[in-house]
Amino acid sequence: MRKVAIYGKGGIGKSTTTQNTVAGLVELDRQVMVVGCDPKADSTRLLLGGLAQKSVLDTLREEGEDVELEDIRKKGYGGTWCVESGGPEPGVGCAGRGIITSINMLESLGAYEESEGLDYAFYDVLGDVVCGGFAMPIRDGKAEEIYIVCSGEMMAMYAANNISKGITKFAQSGNVRLGGLICNSRKVDNEKEMIEKFAAKLGTQMIYFVPRDNDVQRAEINRQTVIEWKPEAKQADEYRGLAKAIDENDMFVIPKPMEIEELEKLLMDFGLMN
Amino acid sequence: MATANRKMVQWDPTDIKAELIKKYPPKVARKRSKQIMINEAIENGTPEITANVRTIPGIITMRGCTYAGCKGVIMGPTRDIVNLVHGPIGCSFYAWLTRRNQTGPGPDDENFMNYCFSTDMQDSDIIFGGEKKLAQAIQEIYDLMHPKSIGVFATCPVGLIGDDIHTVARKMKEKLGDCNVFAFSCEGYKGVSQSAGHHIANNQIFRHVVGENDVPKEGKYKINLLGEYNIGGDGFEIDRIFNKCGITNIATFSGNSTYDQFASAHQADLNCVMCHRSINYVADMLETKFGIPWIKVNFIGANATAKSLRKIAAYFEDQELTDRVEEVIAEEMPEVEKAIDDVRPRTEGKTAMLFVGGSRAHHYQELFRELGMKVISAGYEFAHRDDYEGRRVLPFLKVDADSRNIEEIEVEPDENRYRPRKTEEQVAALEKAGIKFKSYDGLAPDMEPDTLIIDDLNQYEAEKLVELLRPDLFCAGIKEKYSIQKMGVPMKQLHSYDSGGPYAGFKGAVNFYNEIDRLVNSRVWSYMKAPWQDNPQLSAAYVWE
Repeated sequence: MRKVAIYGKGGIGKSTTTQNTVAGLVELDRQVMVVGCDPKADSTRLLLGGLAQKSVLDTLREEGEDVELEDIRKKGYGGTWCVESGGPEPGVGCAGRGIITSINMLESLGAYEESEGLDYAFYDVLGDVVCGGFAMPIRDGKAEEIYIVCSGEMMAMYAANNISKGITKFAQSGNVRLGGLICNSRKVDNEKEMIEKFAAKLGTQMIYFVPRDNDVQRAEINRQTVIEWKPEAKQADEYRGLAKAIDENDMFVIPKPMEIEELEKLLMDFGLMN
Repeated sequence: MATANRKMVQWDPTDIKAELIKKYPPKVARKRSKQIMINEAIENGTPEITANVRTIPGIITMRGCTYAGCKGVIMGPTRDIVNLVHGPIGCSFYAWLTRRNQTGPGPDDENFMNYCFSTDMQDSDIIFGGEKKLAQAIQEIYDLMHPKSIGVFATCPVGLIGDDIHTVARKMKEKLGDCNVFAFSCEGYKGVSQSAGHHIANNQIFRHVVGENDVPKEGKYKINLLGEYNIGGDGFEIDRIFNKCGITNIATFSGNSTYDQFASAHQADLNCVMCHRSINYVADMLETKFGIPWIKVNFIGANATAKSLRKIAAYFEDQELTDRVEEVIAEEMPEVEKAIDDVRPRTEGKTAMLFVGGSRAHHYQELFRELGMKVISAGYEFAHRDDYEGRRVLPFLKVDADSRNIEEIEVEPDENRYRPRKTEEQVAALEKAGIKFKSYDGLAPDMEPDTLIIDDLNQYEAEKLVELLRPDLFCAGIKEKYSIQKMGVPMKQLHSYDSGGPYAGFKGAVNFYNEIDRLVNSRVWSYMKAPWQDNPQLSAAYVWE
């Protein structure tokens, strides 16, 4: 089983990209489990056709210790297993601690056992790695490969660089590796070239360039992935391409995060090229 | 004595200091050397010492945490305020009745000190926040106990997850109507030591309780005793002496105290500060808001007790009180003198080390002086520079990030109740007669030249000191007790008094003389070495051979 975590700046499209890619993997006959690590519990909406999932933490709170695997995971599009970690209301408690608890719960319930026949477990993690809890998926070998969703926008690249720092830290003590950057295009000038260069600087690759297409939003309104909503769409092929690239990926590295000055320079060089 | 021949006959404090820091890495040695001061009298004071700074990571410190200072030290001894600890159970359980602060039953029998209250936070409370559980716990306490007041104490995780304990407390206070609920943001990590917790406790007690009760308190000479925690019954003995003198103690902060005492504290005419470190904040605020001046007193040591009583009498400028105080001293001293005549021949010339508190390492030197013993090294765990060098250094204290982390409350004179107890002329006349207001000269001037004053002593240095100087007695807390005894040196706890006390006042002094006599003249510590440590070869034979 490959254990994959998707990180990236808030709002960059991690959940959308993850679910569309998972739909692509399903077409390759892969058995996938998606674990949403966001208190908003909206990481599996497109696979389940709506916010239909009861989160691990809510279940734990209501049922006490007596929780079954079937209570917290649900079958979604193409037989994918969908799990939402969940968490507290905004402004209270500790969401990070919640993720730690729910991942431990999934493990102790045997969600990752060989008997489950999983090819992939995907962790879709909220925003930046703000605290120890959000680093949980990259600690203790929970996730072994990381993909960072970014765009050519400055803040997205800052965040990607920052996440790389976290990966570097945990890579030294464990086996987590960076699998590549997924560029979710925002139609920034020279975006593809810049992210390719950025990836090279980090010592990794841009594994795929996902062009911007409003079909993604249209599918989202219909609570579906693009592949499910309009299999013949051009964008559906893009996600199939990304799924294939991840499936065939064999470049896993410990990233070399850039100094801020160096990153700024990169932005200047590409931003001012025209 | 077996230890005598192992003692360094002549020692140079500079060598001892060098020896203490020899094993440290250069940076640590540099930092520690600023906290180890060789005492000497210099012009206008003593050398500068670094204090109230972060303990260096890796060092096994003697300090406690901010929560310990707030909940354990300041708020612990008040019997009718329920102390509710918001956090996992350990913080409450291990702080339960551990400080030997005694209390009287009081007329209404409202004593919650023997109970242990906690919200017992679990994993899900951390994740989803513990505010609801806290409100529920407050309600439960109210339904069960109907206390006048409930204090809520934050433990570390509460600060991390951001539970708004102050809002919960305020809402519950409104809801309950006749119960004053207030909270302390005293997370253990908040300061460099327990000292931060004292400050936080002082602020909240002043903000939420002091001045709440205007029902007049009767008494001719009304004082508050600040910074006395009734360990081993010290406060009982001091109150006995006050009663005998006709002095009315409105409030003790906080030994043997009640909610009503704090609430009425603004009615006193004088604040007497025992432990300068833990409570000078309250003394200053009481002066600013209500016009009550404060003087430093010390009831540890028979002579110090007599001196403090005379100071109080002089403040009230009343012949009747002055005469009564002299009578009491004359009545009490013969017992003390009898005891000292008996004990002193056996204690004279012996040496002691004191590493405790933020005042105790200073106050107890009085008793050792009366015993003819020499304090060769002393220091505090959590004091600030002013406790070593006197309040004259206050304007020069560095305000660092750690001290900024602790709230300073702005106090203004109370519109209706501010009443200066003495006119400026009276104050000037009293100062001239030797009564110093708002004054504390600290530990250093009272110690002999060439003694070592060490701030935030640690396990390693403590053992090194004992090894090098072989004192006849070492005084500190429970964490140090057994490692020192293992080295064959008697050890007295001056936080909890082991199982002894009281040691304050006149009767307390007698208790202390006898206790120290017992400790320094016992031969038990010369038997620390087991027989097989000297003769490792044991020979034996089977009985049937």
